Amino acid sequence: MPNGGVMPFAGQDIPTPPSGSTTLSVDTTALAAWDSSFISFLWEVKQAAASTGLAFDQNGLPAPAQRLLALLPPKPAPAARHDSHKQNLLEKTGDLTLSALTETGIATSLAAETTLGAVHALHGKSRMRTKDLITDLWNAGPNALLIVGVVNFLIGAILAFVGLVELRRFAAEIYVTNLVGIACAREISAIMTAIIMAGRTGGAYAARISTMLGNEEIDALQVFGIPISGYILLPAILSLSLMMPLLYLYGTLIGILGGFVVSMSMMDVSPVGYWISTINGVELKEFGFGFVKAFFFGSFIALAACRVGLMAGRSAADVGIAATRAVVIGIVGIIAMDAVFAVMANALGI
Amino acid sequence: MAETDTLISVRDVELSFGPKIIQQNVSFDLKRGSIFAVMGGSGCGKSTLLKSLIGLLPPTTGRIMVGGEDYWAQNEQRRTQINHRFGVLFQSGALWSSMTVGENVALPMEMFTSQPPDVVRKLVELKLGLVGMEQAIDLFPSEISGGMRKRAGLARAIALDPDILFFDEPSAGLDPITSARLDDLILTLRDGLGATIVIVSHELPSLFAIADDGIFLDAKTHKPIAHGSPRTLRDTSTIPEVMAFMNRSSTIPPTDETKADRHV
Repeated sequence: MPNGGVMPFAGQDIPTPPSGSTTLSVDTTALAAWDSSFISFLWEVKQAAASTGLAFDQNGLPAPAQRLLALLPPKPAPAARHDSHKQNLLEKTGDLTLSALTETGIATSLAAETTLGAVHALHGKSRMRTKDLITDLWNAGPNALLIVGVVNFLIGAILAFVGLVELRRFAAEIYVTNLVGIACAREISAIMTAIIMAGRTGGAYAARISTMLGNEEIDALQVFGIPISGYILLPAILSLSLMMPLLYLYGTLIGILGGFVVSMSMMDVSPVGYWISTINGVELKEFGFGFVKAFFFGSFIALAACRVGLMAGRSAADVGIAATRAVVIGIVGIIAMDAVFAVMANALGI
Repeated sequence: MAETDTLISVRDVELSFGPKIIQQNVSFDLKRGSIFAVMGGSGCGKSTLLKSLIGLLPPTTGRIMVGGEDYWAQNEQRRTQINHRFGVLFQSGALWSSMTVGENVALPMEMFTSQPPDVVRKLVELKLGLVGMEQAIDLFPSEISGGMRKRAGLARAIALDPDILFFDEPSAGLDPITSARLDDLILTLRDGLGATIVIVSHELPSLFAIADDGIFLDAKTHKPIAHGSPRTLRDTSTIPEVMAFMNRSSTIPPTDETKADRHV
């Protein structure tokens, strides 16, 4: 059948039948083989016949085609719409506000429950399984060392490179130690490590929890009355909150090392001189500030990921959506939190 | 608690997701020792009804009385206590994937009983032995077949010696032989443990083989349209939808309503 044969009346009006005719029949004696497009063609013809008042005679058609044609309704029904009603701007704003408030409430109570769970764990009364905690600690800590190291090393190296090129113009090359040290300790290492962990561990938490949801594992916990917060969330949140500050410290040191390696190749200073300058230039409080931030970043990433996982849908596509959302919320949240920390540090004079 | 013959009584329950009504006017009594079937075509709300019975989805209106207590009027703590009378086998088994089969069965006992670890281990072996799964005690759910996962899920469901067992589509995804074995197992456990069983299914052979009471939910009118055991309904019901369902006939005798609904 030539291309376009599926549309008997494409772009044209239906021809008027010769006067006095009452039936429309199809001559298929020369037809050797056919597929679905033939049925589609016939369906169209049949509808056209009905609209002009002709009876459609299907006796000339191959028997299987007649049967298929009989399955089809006289006219295609309009495609079902998603049942959603249009909201105006006011309703949308209201909905968004309400859901934002609800979400804040849920996330806060989740955080409170987890903190309570952590306190219970300190008293040895936790229902959390040590095995789960160890697995999560391992995944959020030692397993991430390589990627956190590589990224921080490169960041340190880039900072040193850019800094050296600019500082050389003022003959102030030695201050590259301060630049790399302070930037890494105060901001960059905490943020980069948090972003890596949001992508790596946050995404994994959200995917894991939403898979458990789809698999009815969460339902099973609920029916038994086993608290999800203590059981699934606590090990996850605890391990990321504990591991993030340690990863941050490690990342900072590796970042400074990256700066050191670049400086050694581009700058005229002894290795010992570089380290002494770094130690003199970077105060301990910078590390303290980064350390505290890293703890909050870790808690936030884990909490957001768990929440996103818990409210995900139950299909395979929903797992992907949950993982994506956890990563996006994690990264945006970290950067927003960092801005808040910067303002607070400025006000407090840290 | 007084020993009465009615374990759960459901009165005028309406279930909905937001504005979308799933089922309404659902009322039935679950008698001690019976095997109660919740029947109906796909998408009629069988599993949703089950969820409201086991505490996962509150009904919009109506009451569910468990042992004389209004289940959904209780606080969460009390509901958890009531839930320990329930054993639930989920459609997929719903074993916790990060734990071995043995740990799955052990967890509820560790959480809610004060048995020492060696006793728990013995009990886990017993429960797994009852379902013929004692060899899989140290395997992970991903290492066993679908039928085995269901049996392990059953072992976990009976971990706390419940007196009401809920089964969500127990034969879904199982071959006829495995499915028939599971039916036998359910009957044996009922007799052995003296449990009452609620089973959600549309597997006719299973329903005829084991159920002795039931309710038929209709997807179109969102209401139960028949009460009684599947066998009785098959033999005596005059409701077209029920007759078509029970006799595996693909054509419901057409009524104006079904014609109008065809393309909705």
